[in-house]
Amino acid sequence: MTETFTGHKGLELEVPLLFEEGSYEKSGVDMPAAEGVTSRLGDLGADEAVELPAFSEPQAMRHFVRLSQKNYAIDMGIFPLGSCTMKHNPRLNEKMARLPGFADLHPLQPTSTTQGALELIHELQDWLCEMTGMPAVAMSPKAGAHGELCGMMAIRAAIVAKGEEKTRTRVLVPESAHGTNPATAAQCGFSVDKLPGTADGRVDIDALKAKLGDDVAAIMVTNPNTCGLFERDIREMADAVHAAGGYFYCDGANFNAIVGKARPGDLGVDAMHINLHKTFSTPHGGGGPGSGPTVLSDALAPFAPIPAVVKDADGFHIVESASEGFEQNFGRMVAFHGQMGMFVRALSYMLSHGADGLRQVAEDAVLNANYVRVRLAEEMTQGYAGPCMHEALFSDVWLKETGVGTLDFAKAMIDEGFHPMTMYFPLVVSGAMLIEPTETESKASLDEFCDSLLGLAKAAKAGDKERFEQAPRFAPRKRLDETSAARKPVLRWTPPLSTEAMAAE
Amino acid sequence: MRYLPLTDGDRQSMLNTVGVQNIDELFGDVPADALNPTLDLPNHQSEFEVDRYLRGLSDKNHAAGDGPFFAGAGAYRHHVPATVDHIIQRSEFLTAYTPYQPEIAQGTLQYLFEFQTQVAQLTGMEVANASMYDGSTATAEAALMARRITKRNKVIMAGGLHPHYAEVVRTNEELIGDTVLQAPATPGAGAIMDMIDDETSCVIVQSPDVFGFLRDLSAISAKAHEHGALCVAVVTEAVSFGLLKSPGSQGADIVVGEGQSIGNALNFGGPYLGLFAARQKHVRFMPGRLCGETTDTEGRRGFVLTLSTREQHIRRDKATSNICTNSGLCALAFTVHMSLLGGKGLREVATLSHEAACKTADALAAIDGVEVVNDSFFNEFTIRLPKDANVVVDQLAEQGIVAGVPGGRLWPGRDETENLLIVAASELTRDSDIAALVSGLKEAL
Repeated sequence: MTETFTGHKGLELEVPLLFEEGSYEKSGVDMPAAEGVTSRLGDLGADEAVELPAFSEPQAMRHFVRLSQKNYAIDMGIFPLGSCTMKHNPRLNEKMARLPGFADLHPLQPTSTTQGALELIHELQDWLCEMTGMPAVAMSPKAGAHGELCGMMAIRAAIVAKGEEKTRTRVLVPESAHGTNPATAAQCGFSVDKLPGTADGRVDIDALKAKLGDDVAAIMVTNPNTCGLFERDIREMADAVHAAGGYFYCDGANFNAIVGKARPGDLGVDAMHINLHKTFSTPHGGGGPGSGPTVLSDALAPFAPIPAVVKDADGFHIVESASEGFEQNFGRMVAFHGQMGMFVRALSYMLSHGADGLRQVAEDAVLNANYVRVRLAEEMTQGYAGPCMHEALFSDVWLKETGVGTLDFAKAMIDEGFHPMTMYFPLVVSGAMLIEPTETESKASLDEFCDSLLGLAKAAKAGDKERFEQAPRFAPRKRLDETSAARKPVLRWTPPLSTEAMAAE
Repeated sequence: MRYLPLTDGDRQSMLNTVGVQNIDELFGDVPADALNPTLDLPNHQSEFEVDRYLRGLSDKNHAAGDGPFFAGAGAYRHHVPATVDHIIQRSEFLTAYTPYQPEIAQGTLQYLFEFQTQVAQLTGMEVANASMYDGSTATAEAALMARRITKRNKVIMAGGLHPHYAEVVRTNEELIGDTVLQAPATPGAGAIMDMIDDETSCVIVQSPDVFGFLRDLSAISAKAHEHGALCVAVVTEAVSFGLLKSPGSQGADIVVGEGQSIGNALNFGGPYLGLFAARQKHVRFMPGRLCGETTDTEGRRGFVLTLSTREQHIRRDKATSNICTNSGLCALAFTVHMSLLGGKGLREVATLSHEAACKTADALAAIDGVEVVNDSFFNEFTIRLPKDANVVVDQLAEQGIVAGVPGGRLWPGRDETENLLIVAASELTRDSDIAALVSGLKEAL
């Protein structure tokens, strides 16, 4: 087929970089004229504007709208990335977060002018504590990994307070853990010791007990875990680590599976971060911003970071220094008070669902995952036998004889109109495929998804390798060369060389 | 429940397919006495009830736009074109995940590449990452990066570094046993030169600093380099890039900053946008996501996340940082706003902000008992009052004027800074706002 003259293909429009399209002579924002006052910049003023081009407003709109059309998104279809909880993002939340009383509020305004915002944070704290059964929550962490850091810093502060920082230096982390867990432990100065799993995809409680000792600071266990399974020995683990003088950090990435159904505080957990951008529906935004409030047990609550929002007879206050009751705070994680924009969205979501709706969320999320698990098990191999929680894990055992790999299979899903599942994670299962449908998929959507994957599975088994090797065929780009991108990194646009410069080279 | 598509009929038929009698069979691994706790929380509500309730909370606040407004100290109120908010609410940007599948995420990846280019250009550096949580966490990450590069364990911070930033650095560094020293937080003092020695991994300098002073980084970076240390420049007001010499041109090795004031609202402190730029030679020591250019199998240009062997999902406990996301949507807002401004427009906004600050400073200097302490500033400066600035700010707040950020808020319980008030202005500051501040202050003093 002949190529088009423009390079576009119908609605599939190619987009140059803004540096190739914009103008250096104009601006797309009109400003009143400057008056010309005497500069106070001393000799640090720049003589010229920074060399960056601009669009007029219609050009900008077109550039970014065309770019947007090259993305897949939850608003377009199922986004079944495991442990990512890609659920519907209600637009009421967006509208509420943009109210001027929240969005147009400076973090350091006098607190007499921000009582409604502080009340909102305080109310969200109450919801999070009640839903997790924990006595305290630190609101400032800005993402899940940041919440992990908060929990582990609180654990370290508690260990320092006991004078055990020289001896309690080891943190036990299951092999199936998300990479942020060991990275966080290392960032807190701990060494990481891997915990083996059992044949049924859970932490090996005997191995855990054998590794415990007075040098263990904490265990970091995700529950439900990254295999989509509930750690049924969770209380025994908690008791064992507590008896050994350590703490229990629970990674709350998968809280959506149990929200309203079970409370980490009833299971012996000392600290757990909550991804507001997963369980509580704030948008992922192409990779952030997230929010990771971290709930803390009585043992860790005194070490919570500042700032903290508190209430007394005069109203709401922000504690920003080591004042009474906060003498043992472990420090500060961020400049201001955390992700207010995400707090508004999350509370809007919680109020909408209520206690009854949130329990239904967990039940539907688990039902949807099990439905997908049972339907796909017709052709695919389950990672571990038996029911799952909110996500279904498959291995590549069923693909072994086909010559098609997990990656090829995932890319073929793109051609079918889906975002692929999480691949090659968790590391404990060969060629892992981790599918989390969430509760916001309808049965019809799940059926279309399962029918398509079963069709692909049959095609792979029937030897239709071309379908997979050439996938994706219908995406804005074919497979991209990630190796050369890493070998010779080009991380920014630079102007093309002029003809003279090229001649000189 | 409006967000849940399953009907009771669907649920029953799906339970049948799964082969269980009821939903709680699927929760069989949860200890029975912990299952289905009674929660002391209200049940679900309609959209209009939630709207009404949250609007009520919003209405209890005095928004920045409700009256004369002069607060800064790390968060700034600027105009954001309507186009920006429309674009970031496009479903394809708002409801996408981290671009793990580049073939169907070129929209996100291309704007991240554009963002990285803009940030590198503004800071005068060679490379920038795809953003961090905010300016304060970016600063802490810069200190950790300097530690990896120099293999040294001592951080020197200027007295003019925002105290919250300094606390974040200290919290992160002391955790791993490093030494963190800071010069006294006093306006005008720049006594860090003598603190730099052969054990120093980096010196962290903010300009404009928290009091609004402009700092010449050239001498500091030269001294740092003499001792084998790195110079980390911190910028909390990104609009200042429009009018000031770039940190890169003054010898900075790492430039971090808060990008909120371009494209992003005040949001009561978050979400914000951490900027992080460095020299090409240090790229493999950088934290955070990086987007790179490549080609697809047909030779067409495309973009991917790259150099991920630095990151936690590959390197686990050996990663450069535990960071797993960026501030994607805030970076998009920045990129869209910057693409509308261009270098020319940014210079105009910066000029208007500077002029507004100059006019405010002159008007305040004329008040008896008020001393402007800065000999240089961009859009923010410090005044010394004859009494506790906290009290004055609270008094003015009762008249609907947000007069600035008092020293007592940033350095609680510290006498030397108690009477200081940090005042910021922008292109949105009107002459009538300045007049209201002047008359309010006169009355309060």
